[in-house]
Amino acid sequence: MVIATLAFYLFAGVALAAALMVTLSRNPVHAVLWLILTFFSAAGLFVLMGAEFIAMLLVIVYVGAVMVLFLFVVMMMDVDFAALKSGMSKYARIGTLLGLILMVELLLVVGAWSTAGLAPEMRAAVAPTPDDVENTVALGQLIYTRYVYLFQASGLILLVAMIGAIVLTMRHRPDIKRQNIVEQIYRDADKAVELVDVKPGQGI
Amino acid sequence: MDFMINTFGFYFGTFLVILGQALLVVVLILVALAFLMYADRKIWAAVQMRKGPNMVGAFGLLQSFADFIKYIVKEVVVPAGADKAVFFIAPMLTFILAVVAWAVIPFADGWVVSDLNVGILYIFAIGSLEVYGVILGGWASNSKYPFLGALRSAGQMISYEVSIGFIIVGVLISTGSLNFSAIVNAQDVGYGALGWYWLPHFPMVILFFVSALAETNRPPFDLPEAEAELVAGFQVEYSATPFLLFMIGELMAVVLMCALMAILFFGGWLSPVEFLPDGIWWMVLKMGALFFMFAMVKALVPRYRYDQLMRLGWKVFLPMSLAWVVFVAAMAQMGVPAYARWAIGG
Repeated sequence: MVIATLAFYLFAGVALAAALMVTLSRNPVHAVLWLILTFFSAAGLFVLMGAEFIAMLLVIVYVGAVMVLFLFVVMMMDVDFAALKSGMSKYARIGTLLGLILMVELLLVVGAWSTAGLAPEMRAAVAPTPDDVENTVALGQLIYTRYVYLFQASGLILLVAMIGAIVLTMRHRPDIKRQNIVEQIYRDADKAVELVDVKPGQGI
Repeated sequence: MDFMINTFGFYFGTFLVILGQALLVVVLILVALAFLMYADRKIWAAVQMRKGPNMVGAFGLLQSFADFIKYIVKEVVVPAGADKAVFFIAPMLTFILAVVAWAVIPFADGWVVSDLNVGILYIFAIGSLEVYGVILGGWASNSKYPFLGALRSAGQMISYEVSIGFIIVGVLISTGSLNFSAIVNAQDVGYGALGWYWLPHFPMVILFFVSALAETNRPPFDLPEAEAELVAGFQVEYSATPFLLFMIGELMAVVLMCALMAILFFGGWLSPVEFLPDGIWWMVLKMGALFFMFAMVKALVPRYRYDQLMRLGWKVFLPMSLAWVVFVAAMAQMGVPAYARWAIGG
C-alpha cells in the first residue's frame, strides 16, 4: 500500500507539474512534449487503479498517434514568439475567469460526490469488481457483445465525419504530375528502350 | 516499528530481485547486440563478396566493442541553432524505449521480467512511442535534412503501425488473451511446428515481416536516413555517444521485432518437433534465424521510393490485414480449432 500511495503522488505530481508547464512554456514544441508527459503520467495513474487496458490505450492512441500529429503540425508552424506573448495581458482576465468557473464546478462535483446523502450508495454501485474476468475481457464483452449496435453506430458517425473532412479538403489539381504505380510496374524494356540508328555527325 | 522494518525489507527485497532480473536481461541483450551488429555486417559483406570487419580480434569478432569505445571517446558536436535539451533527449528516448520493451518478452516458460496480462499492448504502446526519438532528433537539429528525415519517418512509422496492429489482433482473437505466455502456450497443441500460428495465419507472417522492416526503418524502407537523398536523415547532426544511442536503439528495435515474430508466429520457446524438449535455446535460435532474414533483406533489396512505401502501407497492407481480422474472427466464431485455440483448451 505504501508503495502504491507513493507512486500515486509521484504520478499525480508529475502530471500536474507537466500540465502547468504546457501552459507556461514559451516554445510550442516544448509545450507538446510536456503534454505528452502529462498523458504518460495519467496512464501511470490508470495502471495504479488497476485499469491497465485503458492505460495502454491512452498511451497508444493519445501519445502514440494524436500527439505525433500535434507535434507534426506544431513543428511545421512558423511561430512568432513575440506576437504570442503580446496578447498575454489581453487574454489574462478572461482566462482567469474561465479557470475560476472550471475550478468551482469541479469543487461542486467533488463535494457532491463525497457529501451528498445518496453518495455512499452510488459509490458502492458504480464499479462491481469482476472476480473471474480481466478488465480487458469485461470491456470487450460490454463494447463488442452487449452494446455492439451502439458501438457500430458510433463508428459509422466517425466514418461519416472522416469522409466529410476528406471531401471538404481534397481537390484534384490537373496541372501537377502524378505517379501511376500500375503503369510504372508494367513498364518493361520493350516500352522504355528504343534502338535508334544514329548517323555520324547528325545526332537525334 | 518491527512491522515497518519487515514491510520495508520485503519491498526492498522484491525491488532488488526485479532490478537484478532487469539488469540481467539488459546486459545479455546489449552483449548479444554487439555480436548481432557484427553478424549483420558480416552477412552484408558476404553477399557483396567482401570480407567485412576482420581486423579487431579473431575474425573481427571484437569490432563492435572497438566501435563502442570509439563512439564513447569522440567529441559530441552540437549544432549552434539546435534545441539543446531536446537534441539530447531524443537519442536517450530511443534507447530507453528500446530497452524497456524487453520487460514483457518471455524467453522461456516463466522467464520474463514482468508477466503483464496486457503484454502485447505494452509492446505496441512502447513501439508507438519510438517515433518520437526520430521526430525530436530531426527537429531539434534545426537543419534541413534531419527535418525532412523526421517528417518522413513520422508518416512511415505511423502507417505501418496500423497494419502491425491489425495483424496482432488476428493472433489475439485466436488466442483469447493479450498475454505473451498465453499466446505461446496456445500454439502448443501437440503437432510441433505445424501447430504454430505461422500456418493458420500464413499470409500475415509475410505482412508482419515487411511491416516490421518499415517500422524499424530498416532497408529497403530506411527512407528517414536515405543517404542518397538526405545524407543520413534525422541523424545527420549527431555524433559520438548520442549517435551510438540512436544506433543501439534502432538495432534493439530490430531484435525486438525478431522476438515478437518468434513469439507471435513461431511458437516462442516451443520445440518444432515433439521429441525434443522446449526451452530458451529454441527462442534464441528462432530470433537468430529471423535476424538473418533481416540482414539478408538489407543486402538484397533496393530501397523503396517514398510514395510507393506509403501506397504499400495504406492501400495494400491495411485492407489485407483488416480483411484478415474479419476472416479470423469469423473462423473463431465458428469454432474452427486452428483459429479458436481458447475453444480447444490450447
